[in-house]
Amino acid sequence: MGTGFFTSVEDVSAQLAKVGYLASTPVATTVFLADRLGKPLLVEGPAGVGKTALATAVAEVTGSRLVRLQCYEGIDEARALYEWNHAKQLLRITAGRDETWDEARTDIFGEEFLLRRPLLTAISGTEPTVLLIDETDKADVEIEGLLLEVLGDFQVTVPELGTITATQQPFAVLTSNATRELSEALRRRCLFLHIDFPDEDLEREIVRLKVPGIEDALADSVVRVIAALRAMDLRKLPSVAETVDWARTLLELGAGTLDERVVRDSLGVVLKHQDDIAKAGAGLKLDQVLDAS
Amino acid sequence: MTAAPGLTGRLAEFVRALRAHGIPAGPGETADAAAALEVLGLDDRELVREGLAAALVRRGGQRSVFDATFDLYFPSGIGVPELARENAPQDRDELRDALAAALAQGDEPALDQLAGIAVEMLGQYGIGSGPGGGYSAHQTLDRLQPQTLIARVLAAMRAPADDFTDRLTRDEIRRRVEDFRGKVRTEARRRAAELRGRSRIAQHAVAPAADRVDFLLASRSQLAELRRTIQPLSRKLATRLAARRKRASRGQIDLRRTLRRSLSTGGVPLRPAYRHRRPGRPEIVLLCDLSGSVAGFANFTMLLVQALRDQFSKIRVFGFVDSTDEVTHLVDTGAADPEQLGARMLSEAAVVRWDGHSDYGGALAQFTSRWLDAIGPRTSVLILGDARTNGGDPNLDAVRAIRARARHVHWLNPERTALWGTGDSAALDYAELVEMHECRTAQQLGVLVTRLLPA
Repeated sequence: MGTGFFTSVEDVSAQLAKVGYLASTPVATTVFLADRLGKPLLVEGPAGVGKTALATAVAEVTGSRLVRLQCYEGIDEARALYEWNHAKQLLRITAGRDETWDEARTDIFGEEFLLRRPLLTAISGTEPTVLLIDETDKADVEIEGLLLEVLGDFQVTVPELGTITATQQPFAVLTSNATRELSEALRRRCLFLHIDFPDEDLEREIVRLKVPGIEDALADSVVRVIAALRAMDLRKLPSVAETVDWARTLLELGAGTLDERVVRDSLGVVLKHQDDIAKAGAGLKLDQVLDAS
Repeated sequence: MTAAPGLTGRLAEFVRALRAHGIPAGPGETADAAAALEVLGLDDRELVREGLAAALVRRGGQRSVFDATFDLYFPSGIGVPELARENAPQDRDELRDALAAALAQGDEPALDQLAGIAVEMLGQYGIGSGPGGGYSAHQTLDRLQPQTLIARVLAAMRAPADDFTDRLTRDEIRRRVEDFRGKVRTEARRRAAELRGRSRIAQHAVAPAADRVDFLLASRSQLAELRRTIQPLSRKLATRLAARRKRASRGQIDLRRTLRRSLSTGGVPLRPAYRHRRPGRPEIVLLCDLSGSVAGFANFTMLLVQALRDQFSKIRVFGFVDSTDEVTHLVDTGAADPEQLGARMLSEAAVVRWDGHSDYGGALAQFTSRWLDAIGPRTSVLILGDARTNGGDPNLDAVRAIRARARHVHWLNPERTALWGTGDSAALDYAELVEMHECRTAQQLGVLVTRLLPA
């Protein structure tokens, strides 16, 4: 059982930090458990907190191959699992050597004519693999049934070939933005991790790591303003990605410290809705201070 | 399983308590949780907490319930906290000094300790005088008054230079004080559980998840938390409605178009054409009781329907207490500031004429005489209210008139079904005319909205 990538929770944090992913305790603990118990990891959380980045970071530190299945509305078995290469099969039949039908039939349903899609690829490899199923909630309900077999037992049944079982169990990560409730059956097969916005200390570390050359005082102010924005009742709360973007913008602008003017001019980097910007302006009392001066 | 028998028993008890709060953890999850404990060990309480959460919690929004229950079943200690036994603050003033210092530094471990000491020092009641005594978070906070420390902490933290971020400090301290209140509540629950038994406290003292809070009993902060769920909930409902429409549109074969299409394949109908129904977007009319107790429910529903506005071709919202008025424009602009929505409706719309007691009969009569043309054959009408007429005439004829014109009429009642028809409630009379649904929590509302709205 388990993929056996890590030795302890601290090990997870330390290794992920090496590739630039700073994991909070909940994240590190759950990754460690998923690794040890050999269960898929279902990651939910607001957009831009690093759900997908977590999978790529795990793949990078463990030197695994990353197999990614991007889900979308209308994705089907042929896109997710496998497909027979019909054109090639037809060619093979027309090029027919002198053999009986039975021989031809066993031949054209061989490995050579199988097009492997992400799920089958992840299962059938012999090297360590990280399987990332991105935005699972975008896929239709039918595809979940397919995932149950794959994630429950790490095996796939191809009628013509039989059941293919993973020799090397992949480290599976599913991400979801919760636009649709995933089925209870799928949830039970996974360990659940809700990644929320990081606390201020962690976010400060992230900003320093991602924006080298930023002064501590500025990083500190940025994180505090972002925390204040998140406490407001906005339509779209700024995520980590936006914090980093903002810090980068401020560095480009050559702002040494934050003041009303800088904040007001660059708020568009952080907030994407006009009424959010208006509300944040009121909440941070930007106008009031400007009027007074 | 090598875990100690005491531990497995505790784990099973813990899972039972979670189930009682609507976290449906089955035996499979319990086994996972035990395996997680085995892997992680018991050295670090936070690791144990995260490990169990990964195995037992199944969706966001259940975490607060999980944490509160976890603190009861896997407490950080027993009895008085370590520090309180030596060199602890001796009286309330010293405690306040220590608290102010800890708040200024944002020192989490110290705040944990102080919460413990505060409950021990200020929160006891009736202990030693037989059963019935315990620890009260409310009493602790009432005597300690941590919110009055804000100005003091602010002064201690104020940097000499007047930086822009300084104005954020006050809010930060306020959040820290709020966190501290949470710690005191946790601590009081823990101490009470030692006296009264865990399962009892878990049953009564753990606040339910936001979408299971009764609208009529929700506190201010719970309503605020509920409002935060509106956007995600509306996204979810929109996907559900869209998926249902898609399903509804396949199936029936359109013979005429199939035949015409088959001409291009030599008369063989290779690609059948399906009959598509026009995705008719329903019009919706909300008629909401805005009087005191049910206002929270009405506001939440209005905001939810407003968030779902692209699912409807037209939304009109009417509010009433003892007089009816249209409030559509207020809900529109109120989306920017949902907290004030209720107050603004009461002040800017003519919904109160006399004394602010709801008068269903009069309000319905006014609606039917002035705005009956808002309802057409494609309109779904949702009436929101507890149907408590304060003894007045329920005016069933008005409801009949509405029903005769509308496509659907549904009544959402935030009261328990058992209470319908008791006292001054005319719920059962109305229920004979229109379908009435119990709608006590955001969860029930979500289910009802997808079920009731026509595809």
